[in-house]
Amino acid sequence: MTEPLPPALALRGLAKSFGGARALDGVELTVGAREIHGLLGHNGSGKSTLVKILSGYHAPDPGATLQLFGEPLRLPLTRAEQRARGLAFVHQNLGLAPQLSVLENMRVAEITAGRPFIDWRAQRRAALASLQQFGLSIDPDQAVASLLPVERALIAIVRAFAAIDATRSGRELHGLLVLDEPTPFLARDDVERLFRLMRQVVAQGASVLFISHDLDEILEITDRATVLRDGRVAGSFETRHTGRERIVELIAGHAPVTTSSAGAVAGRGGAAAEIAFEVRELGGAALQPIDLQLRRGEIVGLTGLLGSGYEQVLQHLFGAVPATQGVLQAGRERIELRSLTPAAAVRAGFAFLPGDRQGASGAGGLSVLDNLLLPDLSRFFRGGRLQWPIMRGHAQALATRHRVRPVDVDMKLAALSGGNAQKVLLAKWLDVGPRLLLLEEPTQGVDVGAREDLWAAIRDIAAAGTVVLCASSDLEQLEALCDRVLVFARGRCRAEVDRATLSKAELLRQCYAAVAA
Amino acid sequence: MSRKHGSTSRASVGALVERFALLGAWLVVIAGFGIALPGSFLTWQNFAVMFASQAPAALLALALIVPLTCGDYDLSGGAVVTLAAVILGVLNVVHQQPIGLALAAALAAGLLVGVVNAFFIVYVRIPSLVVTLGTASLVTGFVQWFSDSSTISGLDAGFVDWIIVRQLFGISYAFYVAALVALLLWYVFEYTPLGRRMLFVGKSREVARLNGIRVDRVRAGALITSSVLATLAGVVYAGVLGSADPFSGLNFLLPAFAAAFLGATSIKPGRFNAGGTFIAVYFLASGITGLSMFGIPLWVTSAFNGAALIIAVTLSQFARGRAESDLG
Repeated sequence: MTEPLPPALALRGLAKSFGGARALDGVELTVGAREIHGLLGHNGSGKSTLVKILSGYHAPDPGATLQLFGEPLRLPLTRAEQRARGLAFVHQNLGLAPQLSVLENMRVAEITAGRPFIDWRAQRRAALASLQQFGLSIDPDQAVASLLPVERALIAIVRAFAAIDATRSGRELHGLLVLDEPTPFLARDDVERLFRLMRQVVAQGASVLFISHDLDEILEITDRATVLRDGRVAGSFETRHTGRERIVELIAGHAPVTTSSAGAVAGRGGAAAEIAFEVRELGGAALQPIDLQLRRGEIVGLTGLLGSGYEQVLQHLFGAVPATQGVLQAGRERIELRSLTPAAAVRAGFAFLPGDRQGASGAGGLSVLDNLLLPDLSRFFRGGRLQWPIMRGHAQALATRHRVRPVDVDMKLAALSGGNAQKVLLAKWLDVGPRLLLLEEPTQGVDVGAREDLWAAIRDIAAAGTVVLCASSDLEQLEALCDRVLVFARGRCRAEVDRATLSKAELLRQCYAAVAA
Repeated sequence: MSRKHGSTSRASVGALVERFALLGAWLVVIAGFGIALPGSFLTWQNFAVMFASQAPAALLALALIVPLTCGDYDLSGGAVVTLAAVILGVLNVVHQQPIGLALAAALAAGLLVGVVNAFFIVYVRIPSLVVTLGTASLVTGFVQWFSDSSTISGLDAGFVDWIIVRQLFGISYAFYVAALVALLLWYVFEYTPLGRRMLFVGKSREVARLNGIRVDRVRAGALITSSVLATLAGVVYAGVLGSADPFSGLNFLLPAFAAAFLGATSIKPGRFNAGGTFIAVYFLASGITGLSMFGIPLWVTSAFNGAALIIAVTLSQFARGRAESDLG
């Protein structure tokens, strides 16, 4: 009867390079009017780069075209353009101020708009209207901090929709809501509430681009979906007519012939080696109890999708985040993990390299030397004073051995490149010879050369008998490094992939299969 | 003095200038006032008096850099100076107790303030600025009640004699007490594992914690040390004056902070350090002394100290931020 509506979003020829690396290459993405469109892809597929280009954070390489509701626009869009065209984002962190009330959070744009006085009654009316529009019974005076996680997500979405709704011209609503993984920490029932809201949003006339790792969610809520792999579109399909296996295949790519590289690293830390650590019933706030047997010289990978809880294992084993239960047994030595502190863990010979290089791993404002020698300064305290000449020599030798460039131990850590800074921080722990080395995303944001160096250093220390646990979402890294990999989903360990079958594609399959289990 | 392990080969001229700029500025101030007032300013007598009379200020500034290095402020230091002085005065003069006992009581009181600060800051996790602002006022109130808001003169002659009358190379012992504490702090900061741990705690608590440092203990220890050193400043102050003044000790706090931050621009730029702090105290004191010899009105001192604090913090911010980018 009427003319078909133009698509909400039409992206063509989108490319983005960082340095020499292509993050996106010739990507096309179409989100139909009043459609819920899923965007899938594993870490490194280019998903987050795409979202960042849409939100104006990155500028794409020249040549990309964008149409919003049939209107051609130039990327990157400014905030004002996004607002005027009804493009709104809800990012994973939701962007809410927990200490402030629901009302203040929902109306933050209007409240801070620079008018001399705030009409609180009008603001309250508007907030209540938004909540009622979607049948939400949330007290607008409640602090956001006191809401359930799902309610916070709902508030963030309602707020984003209100911004779109404000652009409504006449009866017609043009709007695209981009939801960037708002669900990874939500329980099943809560996800249902979120989906109900998303359907209501569409019923009002808006479209949704829904980014998620969760195949079940994609299958349930989306009309169509696009899969990215290695910066290209691997496939775009109607969800109804597409099976789970097909989607996993699109995410993972065709399974390459594996087991060829296995022989090279297998053998060390194999089943023959003695058990160094036995972890029993380790559990935490986001981790269901698990048992682990770790053998001398073994490199064990931990992985899963976002929010699956695998990162928690390292945090708990080091006491960085207290576990709620669990015991670690090393021979006759017994450590209660509930009361383990990082200081006690270091004394016990554990080392932890957090993924947050800047905020948790090393002090950027201090020198390479300061950072390198921190874990055990008592070695250099002789005759009532720190022996600076010895320390300097030791640090220099260490930096040289681990191929830190440049070898200037007086440089501030912050002045080094990511890869070199990470070499310093790994060398720091290797130097004190830990029994258990806990690595969190050890090569994130690191160039290829440094990555190989870091891997070599990790293999060396494992060969010397140290047990290495490596938590990472970088499956290529796990394939290259690990003897076996534990795959987590929803706070549980769901599968173990051993050396014989270990490959990136297999891990991907397990990651997505584990969620469905 | 902390030059030993610097990279002499690579240290550029610029860095050298930065390290010793404060010392140079001090010499310029001395030369300026020396030319203007050769007969009064540029005399050994004037400097000997200044070295001794500023010893309490120096001790307080040194006290402050201990928690500052660990990332905490101690605003109660000035109040603790008066607390220690007044306890000496009341116990030794009013109650006729031996000076040894009075000293022990002052030390105990100082320790108590430090422990209270540490409890609320480290255990209850209230920002140090808030807690020590509160204890500063609390202690000041107690001091006024305890001393009846009046100056108590007539302190033990032997004690006063030791602090201010006896001299070495023409300078009273008071100065050497401060110099010794400066040396001690320099040693701890530079040559002990504890000093390095304090540095990491101050730069990033999370990094320190995940490297196995007991952050809470380090912070609590620093806050208690600060109060103990402020107590020592109060004891020396009482000795320098020969009496216990319940008010004037409070005036030391602002210049002490100015000296701490100014000190962080030199010797070891970007870090609070004992040598820089010590020089900064006497740099600021030289300015005030020179100005007062010109007969400037009283309000100038206040304005001078306030301006000095802000300028010092600005300079130390530049010294700190210069080479540091996005990392903590």
